[in-house]
Amino acid sequence: MDVERIFREEYGRAVAVLVRAFRDIGMAEEAVQDAFAAALERWPVTGVPPSPAGWIITTARNRAIDRLRREASRADRHAQAALLLLSEQSEDEDAVEDDRLRLIFTCCHPALATPAQVALTLRLLGGLTTAEIARAFLVPEPTMAQRLVRAKAKIRDAAIPYRLPAEEDLPARVRAVLAVVYLIFNEGYTASSGDRLSREDLCAEAIRLGRLLVELMPNAPEAAGLLALMLLVESRRDARTGAAGELVPLPEQDRTRWNRALIAEGQRIVRACLRANRPGPYQIQAAINAVHADAASAGDIDWPQILQLYDHLLALTPTPIVALNRAVAVAEVDGPEAALAIIEPLDLDSYHLFHAIRADFLARLGRLRAARDAYDSAIARTGNAAEQAFLAAKRDSLAS
Amino acid sequence: MNQYLLSICYPAGAVPPSPEVLQAIMKNVGAVNQEMKAAGAWVFAGGLHGPETATVVRVKNGDVLTTDGPFIESKEQIGGICVINAADLDHALKWGAKLARAVTVPVEVRPLQSH
Repeated sequence: MDVERIFREEYGRAVAVLVRAFRDIGMAEEAVQDAFAAALERWPVTGVPPSPAGWIITTARNRAIDRLRREASRADRHAQAALLLLSEQSEDEDAVEDDRLRLIFTCCHPALATPAQVALTLRLLGGLTTAEIARAFLVPEPTMAQRLVRAKAKIRDAAIPYRLPAEEDLPARVRAVLAVVYLIFNEGYTASSGDRLSREDLCAEAIRLGRLLVELMPNAPEAAGLLALMLLVESRRDARTGAAGELVPLPEQDRTRWNRALIAEGQRIVRACLRANRPGPYQIQAAINAVHADAASAGDIDWPQILQLYDHLLALTPTPIVALNRAVAVAEVDGPEAALAIIEPLDLDSYHLFHAIRADFLARLGRLRAARDAYDSAIARTGNAAEQAFLAAKRDSLAS
Repeated sequence: MNQYLLSICYPAGAVPPSPEVLQAIMKNVGAVNQEMKAAGAWVFAGGLHGPETATVVRVKNGDVLTTDGPFIESKEQIGGICVINAADLDHALKWGAKLARAVTVPVEVRPLQSH
Protein backbone atom coordinates (compact mmCIF):
# COMPACT_ATOMS: atom_id res chain seq x y z
CA MET A 1 0.00 0.00 0.00
CA ASP A 2 1.32 3.39 -0.92
CA VAL A 3 -0.60 6.19 0.76
CA GLU A 4 2.07 8.67 -0.27
CA ARG A 5 1.62 7.90 -3.96
CA ILE A 6 -2.16 8.08 -3.62
CA PHE A 7 -1.72 11.36 -1.75
CA ARG A 8 0.23 12.88 -4.65
CA GLU A 9 -2.20 11.56 -7.23
CA GLU A 10 -5.45 12.37 -5.48
CA TYR A 11 -4.67 15.44 -3.39
CA GLY A 12 -5.60 17.96 -6.08
CA ARG A 13 -8.81 16.13 -6.97
CA ALA A 14 -9.89 15.94 -3.30
CA VAL A 15 -9.00 19.56 -2.52
CA ALA A 16 -10.84 20.77 -5.63
CA VAL A 17 -14.04 18.96 -4.61
CA LEU A 18 -13.82 20.26 -1.05
CA VAL A 19 -13.13 23.83 -2.21
CA ARG A 20 -16.34 23.71 -4.23
CA ALA A 21 -18.20 22.37 -1.22
CA PHE A 22 -16.83 24.81 1.35
CA ARG A 23 -15.62 27.79 -0.71
CA ASP A 24 -12.54 27.96 1.47
CA ILE A 25 -9.12 26.64 0.47
CA GLY A 26 -7.76 26.48 4.03
CA MET A 27 -10.72 24.44 5.24
CA ALA A 28 -10.52 22.14 2.22
CA GLU A 29 -6.81 21.48 2.69
CA GLU A 30 -7.22 20.81 6.39
CA ALA A 31 -10.05 18.36 5.78
CA VAL A 32 -8.13 16.50 3.06
CA GLN A 33 -5.03 16.28 5.27
CA ASP A 34 -7.23 14.95 8.11
CA ALA A 35 -8.59 12.32 5.76
CA PHE A 36 -5.13 11.21 4.63
CA ALA A 37 -4.02 11.01 8.26
CA ALA A 38 -7.03 8.77 8.90
CA ALA A 39 -6.11 6.67 5.86
CA LEU A 40 -2.58 6.17 7.19
CA GLU A 41 -4.11 4.70 10.37
CA ARG A 42 -6.98 2.78 8.84
CA TRP A 43 -5.75 1.35 5.53
CA PRO A 44 -2.95 -0.81 6.94
CA VAL A 45 -5.70 -2.58 8.95
CA THR A 46 -8.65 -2.59 6.55
CA GLY A 47 -6.77 -2.59 3.27
CA VAL A 48 -6.97 0.12 0.60
CA PRO A 49 -10.61 0.78 -0.33
CA PRO A 50 -11.70 0.11 -3.95
CA SER A 51 -11.86 3.84 -4.67
CA PRO A 52 -9.17 5.52 -2.56
CA ALA A 53 -10.04 8.97 -3.94
CA GLY A 54 -13.73 8.50 -3.17
CA TRP A 55 -12.89 7.36 0.36
CA ILE A 56 -10.62 10.38 0.91
CA ILE A 57 -13.21 12.83 -0.42
CA THR A 58 -16.06 11.35 1.63
CA THR A 59 -13.96 11.18 4.80
CA ALA A 60 -12.68 14.73 4.30
CA ARG A 61 -16.18 16.02 3.67
CA ASN A 62 -17.54 14.29 6.79
CA ARG A 63 -14.72 15.56 8.95
CA ALA A 64 -15.16 19.09 7.68
CA ILE A 65 -18.92 18.90 8.34
CA ASP A 66 -18.26 17.64 11.89
CA ARG A 67 -15.95 20.53 12.49
CA LEU A 68 -18.41 23.03 11.00
CA ARG A 69 -21.21 21.65 13.20
CA ARG A 70 -19.06 22.11 16.29
CA GLU A 71 -18.23 25.64 15.25
CA ALA A 72 -21.78 26.43 14.14
CA SER A 73 -23.09 25.42 17.57
CA ARG A 74 -20.77 28.06 18.96
CA ALA A 75 -22.62 30.60 16.85
CA ASP A 76 -19.87 30.96 14.24
CA ARG A 77 -21.72 32.65 11.39
CA HIS A 78 -19.10 31.62 8.89
CA ALA A 79 -19.55 27.95 9.75
CA GLN A 80 -23.34 28.28 9.66
CA ALA A 81 -23.16 29.82 6.22
CA ALA A 82 -20.84 27.05 4.99
CA LEU A 83 -23.20 24.35 6.29
CA LEU A 84 -26.14 26.02 4.62
CA LEU A 85 -24.23 26.18 1.35
CA LEU A 86 -23.34 22.51 1.68
CA SER A 87 -26.94 21.42 2.27
CA GLU A 88 -27.89 23.07 -1.02
CA GLN A 89 -25.39 21.03 -3.02
CA SER A 90 -26.00 17.66 -4.55
CA GLU A 91 -23.30 15.03 -4.44
CA ASP A 92 -22.23 15.03 -8.03
CA GLU A 93 -19.02 13.10 -8.49
CA ASP A 94 -19.08 13.76 -12.23
CA ALA A 95 -18.41 17.39 -11.46
CA VAL A 96 -14.98 16.51 -10.06
CA GLU A 97 -13.13 17.19 -13.31
CA ASP A 98 -14.75 20.61 -13.54
CA ASP A 99 -13.77 21.23 -9.92
CA ARG A 100 -10.11 20.75 -10.72
CA LEU A 101 -10.35 22.99 -13.75
CA ARG A 102 -12.02 25.71 -11.68
CA LEU A 103 -9.30 25.42 -9.06
CA ILE A 104 -6.57 25.75 -11.71
CA PHE A 105 -8.09 29.00 -12.92
CA THR A 106 -8.26 30.24 -9.32
CA CYS A 107 -4.61 29.35 -8.69
CA CYS A 108 -3.52 31.11 -11.90
CA HIS A 109 -5.77 34.16 -11.51
CA PRO A 110 -4.10 37.30 -12.90
CA ALA A 111 -4.76 39.13 -9.61
CA LEU A 112 -2.09 36.87 -8.05
CA ALA A 113 1.62 37.47 -8.66
CA THR A 114 3.37 34.82 -10.76
CA PRO A 115 5.40 33.29 -7.86
CA ALA A 116 2.13 32.89 -5.94
CA GLN A 117 0.40 31.32 -8.96
CA VAL A 118 3.23 28.81 -9.31
CA ALA A 119 3.30 27.95 -5.60
CA LEU A 120 -0.49 27.54 -5.37
CA THR A 121 -0.65 25.36 -8.46
CA LEU A 122 2.07 23.03 -7.18
CA ARG A 123 0.58 22.93 -3.69
CA LEU A 124 -3.13 22.56 -4.45
CA LEU A 125 -3.11 20.67 -7.74
CA GLY A 126 0.28 18.99 -7.61
CA GLY A 127 -0.03 17.99 -3.97
CA LEU A 128 3.59 19.01 -3.29
CA THR A 129 4.37 19.98 0.29
CA THR A 130 5.42 23.52 1.12
CA ALA A 131 8.91 22.18 1.91
CA GLU A 132 9.17 20.51 -1.51
CA ILE A 133 8.11 23.67 -3.34
CA ALA A 134 10.52 25.79 -1.29
CA ARG A 135 13.38 23.41 -2.11
CA ALA A 136 12.54 23.36 -5.81
CA PHE A 137 12.57 27.16 -6.01
CA LEU A 138 15.57 27.58 -3.71
CA VAL A 139 13.79 29.77 -1.18
CA PRO A 140 13.63 29.19 2.58
CA GLU A 141 10.59 27.18 3.66
CA PRO A 142 9.13 29.99 5.84
CA THR A 143 9.27 32.30 2.80
CA MET A 144 7.32 29.80 0.69
CA ALA A 145 4.86 29.14 3.53
CA GLN A 146 4.20 32.86 3.83
CA ARG A 147 3.79 33.19 0.07
CA LEU A 148 1.12 30.47 0.14
CA VAL A 149 -0.65 31.91 3.20
CA ARG A 150 -0.79 35.36 1.62
CA ALA A 151 -2.06 34.03 -1.69
CA LYS A 152 -4.81 32.01 0.00
CA ALA A 153 -5.75 35.02 2.13
CA LYS A 154 -6.05 37.16 -1.00
CA ILE A 155 -8.24 34.55 -2.70
CA ARG A 156 -10.52 34.58 0.36
CA ASP A 157 -10.52 38.32 1.15
CA ALA A 158 -10.72 39.65 -2.40
CA ALA A 159 -13.17 36.86 -3.35
CA ILE A 160 -11.21 35.52 -6.29
CA PRO A 161 -13.86 33.20 -7.75
CA TYR A 162 -13.82 29.40 -8.15
CA ARG A 163 -15.38 29.14 -11.52
CA LEU A 164 -14.61 28.91 -15.19
CA PRO A 165 -13.76 32.34 -16.58
CA ALA A 166 -16.25 34.22 -18.72
CA GLU A 167 -16.15 33.33 -22.41
CA GLU A 168 -14.49 36.62 -23.41
CA ASP A 169 -11.75 36.15 -20.78
CA LEU A 170 -11.09 32.49 -21.51
CA PRO A 171 -8.25 32.76 -24.09
CA ALA A 172 -6.18 35.07 -21.85
CA ARG A 173 -6.91 32.99 -18.75
CA VAL A 174 -5.93 29.73 -20.49
CA ARG A 175 -2.70 31.39 -21.63
CA ALA A 176 -1.99 32.33 -18.00
CA VAL A 177 -2.51 28.73 -16.84
CA LEU A 178 -0.25 27.35 -19.59
CA ALA A 179 2.41 29.97 -18.76
CA VAL A 180 2.47 28.84 -15.12
CA VAL A 181 2.96 25.19 -16.09
CA TYR A 182 5.67 26.06 -18.65
CA LEU A 183 7.42 28.22 -16.06
CA ILE A 184 7.47 25.26 -13.65
CA PHE A 185 8.94 23.11 -16.41
CA ASN A 186 11.63 25.64 -17.31
CA GLU A 187 12.55 26.15 -13.68
CA GLY A 188 13.24 22.43 -13.54
CA TYR A 189 14.99 22.32 -16.91
CA THR A 190 17.31 25.31 -16.53
CA ALA A 191 18.85 23.76 -13.40
CA SER A 192 20.65 26.99 -12.61
CA SER A 193 21.92 25.63 -9.33
CA GLY A 194 21.01 23.56 -6.32
CA ASP A 195 19.78 20.02 -5.78
CA ARG A 196 19.63 18.34 -9.17
CA LEU A 197 17.09 15.69 -8.24
CA SER A 198 14.40 18.05 -7.01
CA ARG A 199 14.76 19.98 -10.23
CA GLU A 200 14.01 16.90 -12.31
CA ASP A 201 10.99 16.38 -10.07
CA LEU A 202 9.82 19.82 -11.13
CA CYS A 203 9.94 18.86 -14.83
CA ALA A 204 8.02 15.67 -14.08
CA GLU A 205 5.47 17.67 -12.09
CA ALA A 206 5.04 20.17 -14.95
CA ILE A 207 4.44 17.31 -17.39
CA ARG A 208 1.92 15.76 -14.99
CA LEU A 209 0.11 19.12 -14.80
CA GLY A 210 0.35 19.40 -18.60
CA ARG A 211 -1.36 16.03 -18.98
CA LEU A 212 -4.05 17.13 -16.55
CA LEU A 213 -4.68 20.31 -18.58
CA VAL A 214 -5.03 18.30 -21.80
CA GLU A 215 -7.47 15.97 -20.04
CA LEU A 216 -9.49 18.86 -18.62
CA MET A 217 -9.37 21.10 -21.72
CA PRO A 218 -9.52 18.71 -24.69
CA ASN A 219 -10.53 21.58 -26.98
CA ALA A 220 -7.54 23.79 -26.17
CA PRO A 221 -4.92 22.98 -28.83
CA GLU A 222 -2.30 25.08 -27.05
CA ALA A 223 -2.60 22.85 -23.96
CA ALA A 224 -1.75 19.88 -26.19
CA GLY A 225 1.03 21.94 -27.80
CA LEU A 226 2.55 22.73 -24.42
CA LEU A 227 2.46 19.08 -23.36
CA ALA A 228 4.13 18.00 -26.63
CA LEU A 229 6.77 20.72 -26.25
CA MET A 230 7.60 19.61 -22.70
CA LEU A 231 7.73 15.92 -23.68
CA LEU A 232 10.06 16.58 -26.63
CA VAL A 233 12.40 18.80 -24.61
CA GLU A 234 12.36 16.34 -21.72
CA SER A 235 13.25 13.49 -24.12
CA ARG A 236 16.73 15.01 -24.49
CA ARG A 237 17.43 15.43 -20.78
CA ASP A 238 19.91 12.52 -20.45
CA ALA A 239 21.81 13.54 -23.58
CA ARG A 240 22.03 17.15 -22.49
CA THR A 241 24.81 16.56 -19.98
CA GLY A 242 28.04 14.66 -20.49
CA ALA A 243 29.87 12.30 -18.13
CA ALA A 244 31.32 15.15 -16.07
CA GLY A 245 28.01 17.01 -15.86
CA GLU A 246 29.06 19.38 -18.63
CA LEU A 247 26.54 20.86 -21.04
CA VAL A 248 26.20 19.15 -24.44
CA PRO A 249 24.52 21.34 -27.08
CA LEU A 250 21.83 19.85 -29.29
CA PRO A 251 23.92 19.26 -32.45
CA GLU A 252 26.57 17.33 -30.47
CA GLN A 253 24.17 15.22 -28.41
CA ASP A 254 24.29 11.44 -28.57
CA ARG A 255 20.91 10.79 -30.15
CA THR A 256 20.81 7.21 -28.92
CA ARG A 257 20.38 8.68 -25.44
CA TRP A 258 17.19 10.48 -26.38
CA ASN A 259 14.06 9.02 -24.81
CA ARG A 260 12.22 7.44 -27.76
CA ALA A 261 8.97 6.90 -25.85
CA LEU A 262 8.69 10.59 -24.95
CA ILE A 263 9.55 11.57 -28.54
CA ALA A 264 6.91 9.23 -29.96
CA GLU A 265 4.26 10.63 -27.63
CA GLY A 266 5.29 14.23 -28.33
CA GLN A 267 5.29 13.69 -32.10
CA ARG A 268 1.90 11.99 -31.95
CA ILE A 269 0.47 15.09 -30.24
CA VAL A 270 2.18 17.41 -32.75
CA ARG A 271 0.61 15.50 -35.64
CA ALA A 272 -2.81 15.76 -34.01
CA CYS A 273 -2.27 19.51 -33.60
CA LEU A 274 -1.34 19.85 -37.28
CA ARG A 275 -4.57 18.05 -38.23
CA ALA A 276 -6.61 20.31 -35.91
CA ASN A 277 -4.96 23.29 -37.66
CA ARG A 278 -5.46 25.88 -34.91
CA PRO A 279 -1.80 26.80 -34.47
CA GLY A 280 -0.35 28.72 -31.55
CA PRO A 281 3.09 29.46 -30.10
CA TYR A 282 3.38 26.27 -28.00
CA GLN A 283 2.29 24.05 -30.88
CA ILE A 284 4.81 25.65 -33.22
CA GLN A 285 7.63 25.31 -30.68
CA ALA A 286 6.63 21.67 -30.23
CA ALA A 287 6.72 21.21 -34.02
CA ILE A 288 10.23 22.71 -34.16
CA ASN A 289 11.36 20.23 -31.52
CA ALA A 290 9.63 17.43 -33.42
CA VAL A 291 11.67 18.27 -36.54
CA HIS A 292 14.87 18.05 -34.46
CA ALA A 293 13.72 14.69 -33.09
CA ASP A 294 13.09 13.42 -36.64
CA ALA A 295 16.72 13.88 -37.71
CA ALA A 296 18.86 10.75 -37.50
CA SER A 297 21.97 12.89 -37.06
CA ALA A 298 22.79 16.58 -36.65
CA GLY A 299 23.60 16.69 -40.38
CA ASP A 300 20.12 15.49 -41.29
CA ILE A 301 18.19 18.30 -39.59
CA ASP A 302 15.60 19.80 -41.94
CA TRP A 303 16.61 23.44 -41.37
CA PRO A 304 14.40 24.95 -44.09
CA GLN A 305 11.37 23.44 -42.34
CA ILE A 306 12.57 24.73 -38.97
CA LEU A 307 13.05 28.20 -40.47
CA GLN A 308 9.54 28.09 -41.88
CA LEU A 309 8.17 27.23 -38.45
CA TYR A 310 10.17 30.06 -36.87
CA ASP A 311 8.78 32.48 -39.48
CA HIS A 312 5.32 31.45 -38.35
CA LEU A 313 6.25 31.71 -34.65
CA LEU A 314 7.79 35.15 -35.13
CA ALA A 315 4.62 36.35 -36.85
CA LEU A 316 2.54 35.18 -33.85
CA THR A 317 4.97 36.29 -31.13
CA PRO A 318 7.33 38.97 -32.47
CA THR A 319 9.77 39.02 -29.53
CA PRO A 320 13.56 39.51 -29.66
CA ILE A 321 14.08 35.99 -28.18
CA VAL A 322 12.09 34.36 -30.99
CA ALA A 323 14.00 36.50 -33.54
CA LEU A 324 17.27 35.29 -31.96
CA ASN A 325 16.27 31.62 -32.11
CA ARG A 326 15.05 32.06 -35.68
CA ALA A 327 18.45 33.49 -36.60
CA VAL A 328 20.04 30.15 -35.65
CA ALA A 329 17.96 28.53 -38.38
CA VAL A 330 18.77 31.40 -40.78
CA ALA A 331 22.47 30.71 -40.21
CA GLU A 332 21.96 27.12 -41.35
CA VAL A 333 19.82 28.00 -44.38
CA ASP A 334 21.28 31.33 -45.58
CA GLY A 335 24.63 31.41 -43.80
CA PRO A 336 26.07 33.15 -40.73
CA GLU A 337 26.41 36.57 -42.35
CA ALA A 338 22.65 36.93 -42.91
CA ALA A 339 22.00 35.59 -39.41
CA LEU A 340 24.43 38.05 -37.80
CA ALA A 341 22.74 40.96 -39.57
CA ILE A 342 19.43 39.85 -38.08
CA ILE A 343 20.61 39.67 -34.48
CA GLU A 344 22.88 42.74 -34.31
CA PRO A 345 19.99 45.19 -33.74
CA LEU A 346 18.25 42.98 -31.11
CA ASP A 347 17.99 44.49 -27.66
CA LEU A 348 19.18 41.43 -25.72
CA ASP A 349 22.44 42.60 -24.15
CA SER A 350 21.64 41.07 -20.75
CA TYR A 351 20.82 37.62 -22.20
CA HIS A 352 23.84 35.32 -22.20
CA LEU A 353 22.62 33.19 -25.10
CA PHE A 354 22.44 36.28 -27.33
CA HIS A 355 26.20 36.68 -26.89
CA ALA A 356 26.85 32.94 -27.23
CA ILE A 357 24.91 32.75 -30.51
CA ARG A 358 26.55 35.94 -31.77
CA ALA A 359 29.96 34.47 -30.89
CA ASP A 360 29.16 31.35 -32.88
CA PHE A 361 28.17 33.38 -35.97
CA LEU A 362 31.32 35.52 -35.69
CA ALA A 363 33.52 32.43 -35.35
CA ARG A 364 31.94 30.89 -38.44
CA LEU A 365 32.73 34.11 -40.31
CA GLY A 366 36.38 33.86 -39.22
CA ARG A 367 36.15 36.95 -36.99
CA LEU A 368 37.86 35.14 -34.13
CA ARG A 369 38.82 38.03 -31.87
CA ALA A 370 35.27 39.43 -31.91
CA ALA A 371 33.96 35.90 -31.30
CA ARG A 372 36.18 35.45 -28.23
CA ASP A 373 35.00 38.80 -26.85
CA ALA A 374 31.39 37.75 -27.40
CA TYR A 375 31.99 34.46 -25.53
CA ASP A 376 33.43 36.52 -22.65
CA SER A 377 30.25 38.63 -22.65
CA ALA A 378 28.15 35.45 -22.54
CA ILE A 379 30.19 33.96 -19.65
CA ALA A 380 29.80 37.16 -17.64
CA ARG A 381 26.02 36.95 -17.98
CA THR A 382 25.28 33.42 -16.75
CA GLY A 383 25.51 32.10 -13.20
CA ASN A 384 25.31 28.46 -14.29
CA ALA A 385 28.69 26.76 -13.82
CA ALA A 386 28.08 24.13 -16.51
CA GLU A 387 27.19 26.81 -19.03
CA GLN A 388 30.22 28.90 -18.06
CA ALA A 389 32.53 25.92 -18.55
CA PHE A 390 30.93 25.12 -21.91
CA LEU A 391 31.30 28.70 -23.17
CA ALA A 392 34.90 28.98 -21.93
CA ALA A 393 35.80 25.78 -23.78
CA LYS A 394 34.22 27.17 -26.95
CA ARG A 395 36.16 30.42 -26.54
CA ASP A 396 39.47 28.65 -25.93
CA SER A 397 38.98 26.41 -28.96
CA LEU A 398 39.21 29.48 -31.20
CA ALA A 399 42.85 29.78 -32.26
CA SER A 400 44.06 33.34 -32.63
CA MET B 1 -22.15 40.07 -2.09
CA ASN B 2 -18.77 41.73 -1.55
CA GLN B 3 -17.82 45.37 -1.62
CA TYR B 4 -14.77 46.82 -3.30
CA LEU B 5 -13.08 50.20 -3.23
CA LEU B 6 -12.01 51.44 -6.64
CA SER B 7 -9.31 54.09 -6.25
CA ILE B 8 -8.39 56.29 -9.17
CA CYS B 9 -4.58 56.48 -9.08
CA TYR B 10 -2.73 59.43 -10.57
CA PRO B 11 0.87 58.34 -11.17
CA ALA B 12 3.73 60.57 -10.06
CA GLY B 13 4.26 63.50 -12.40
CA ALA B 14 0.96 63.05 -14.22
CA VAL B 15 0.20 66.14 -16.27
CA PRO B 16 -3.27 67.57 -15.51
CA PRO B 17 -5.49 67.12 -18.55
CA SER B 18 -6.60 70.08 -20.65
CA PRO B 19 -10.16 71.36 -20.01
CA GLU B 20 -11.44 69.66 -23.16
CA VAL B 21 -9.88 66.31 -22.21
CA LEU B 22 -11.13 66.70 -18.64
CA GLN B 23 -14.62 67.33 -19.93
CA ALA B 24 -14.52 64.15 -21.98
CA ILE B 25 -13.22 62.20 -18.97
CA MET B 26 -15.99 63.54 -16.73
CA LYS B 27 -18.56 62.58 -19.32
CA ASN B 28 -17.17 59.04 -19.56
CA VAL B 29 -16.98 58.68 -15.76
CA GLY B 30 -20.59 59.83 -15.53
CA ALA B 31 -21.58 57.12 -18.02
CA VAL B 32 -19.75 54.41 -16.00
CA ASN B 33 -21.49 55.63 -12.81
CA GLN B 34 -24.85 55.41 -14.57
CA GLU B 35 -24.05 51.91 -15.78
CA MET B 36 -23.06 50.86 -12.25
CA LYS B 37 -26.28 52.28 -10.84
CA ALA B 38 -28.39 50.53 -13.46
CA ALA B 39 -26.66 47.23 -12.59
CA GLY B 40 -27.15 47.74 -8.85
CA ALA B 41 -23.39 47.79 -8.31
CA TRP B 42 -22.96 51.45 -7.40
CA VAL B 43 -22.69 52.28 -3.68
CA PHE B 44 -20.81 55.56 -3.56
CA ALA B 45 -18.45 57.58 -5.72
CA GLY B 46 -16.72 60.91 -5.58
CA GLY B 47 -13.75 62.89 -6.85
CA LEU B 48 -11.22 64.25 -4.39
CA HIS B 49 -9.64 67.68 -4.13
CA GLY B 50 -5.84 67.68 -4.16
CA PRO B 51 -3.78 66.40 -1.23
CA GLU B 52 -2.73 69.99 -0.45
CA THR B 53 -6.31 70.57 0.76
CA ALA B 54 -6.11 67.75 3.32
CA THR B 55 -5.94 68.19 7.09
CA VAL B 56 -4.89 65.57 9.61
CA VAL B 57 -6.35 65.35 13.12
CA ARG B 58 -4.91 63.07 15.76
CA VAL B 59 -5.51 62.59 19.47
CA LYS B 60 -2.47 62.76 21.71
CA ASN B 61 -2.89 62.44 25.48
CA GLY B 62 -6.55 63.29 25.08
CA ASP B 63 -5.83 66.49 23.15
CA VAL B 64 -6.78 66.93 19.52
CA LEU B 65 -3.86 67.99 17.35
CA THR B 66 -4.66 69.44 13.95
CA THR B 67 -2.00 69.70 11.25
CA ASP B 68 -1.89 70.73 7.61
CA GLY B 69 -1.24 68.29 4.83
CA PRO B 70 -1.95 64.75 3.77
CA PHE B 71 -1.18 61.89 6.16
CA ILE B 72 0.72 60.01 3.49
CA GLU B 73 3.22 62.10 1.52
CA SER B 74 3.34 60.51 -1.87
CA LYS B 75 3.99 61.47 -5.46
CA GLU B 76 1.13 59.19 -6.47
CA GLN B 77 -2.28 60.56 -5.67
CA ILE B 78 -5.77 59.16 -5.24
CA GLY B 79 -7.91 61.37 -7.44
CA GLY B 80 -11.24 59.83 -6.60
CA ILE B 81 -12.92 56.78 -5.16
CA CYS B 82 -15.87 54.57 -5.88
CA VAL B 83 -17.38 51.82 -3.74
CA ILE B 84 -19.19 49.01 -5.54
CA ASN B 85 -21.05 45.80 -4.79
CA ALA B 86 -19.79 42.80 -6.74
CA ALA B 87 -20.29 39.06 -6.53
CA ASP B 88 -16.55 38.40 -6.70
CA LEU B 89 -13.24 39.86 -7.80
CA ASP B 90 -13.82 39.08 -11.49
CA HIS B 91 -16.95 41.21 -11.50
CA ALA B 92 -15.22 43.96 -9.54
CA LEU B 93 -12.31 43.93 -12.02
CA LYS B 94 -14.74 44.38 -14.91
CA TRP B 95 -16.02 47.58 -13.31
CA GLY B 96 -12.46 48.59 -12.47
CA ALA B 97 -11.49 48.19 -16.12
CA LYS B 98 -14.46 50.28 -17.27
CA LEU B 99 -13.54 53.01 -14.84
CA ALA B 100 -9.85 52.90 -15.81
CA ARG B 101 -10.82 53.29 -19.47
CA ALA B 102 -12.96 56.31 -18.57
CA VAL B 103 -10.41 58.09 -16.34
CA THR B 104 -7.39 57.08 -18.50
CA VAL B 105 -5.26 56.34 -15.39
CA PRO B 106 -4.86 53.13 -13.34
CA VAL B 107 -7.57 52.02 -10.93
CA GLU B 108 -6.80 49.99 -7.78
CA VAL B 109 -9.45 47.41 -6.86
CA ARG B 110 -9.40 46.50 -3.17
CA PRO B 111 -11.89 44.49 -1.11
CA LEU B 112 -13.65 46.05 1.85
CA GLN B 113 -13.80 43.91 4.97
CA SER B 114 -17.20 42.27 5.28
CA HIS B 115 -18.97 42.78 8.55
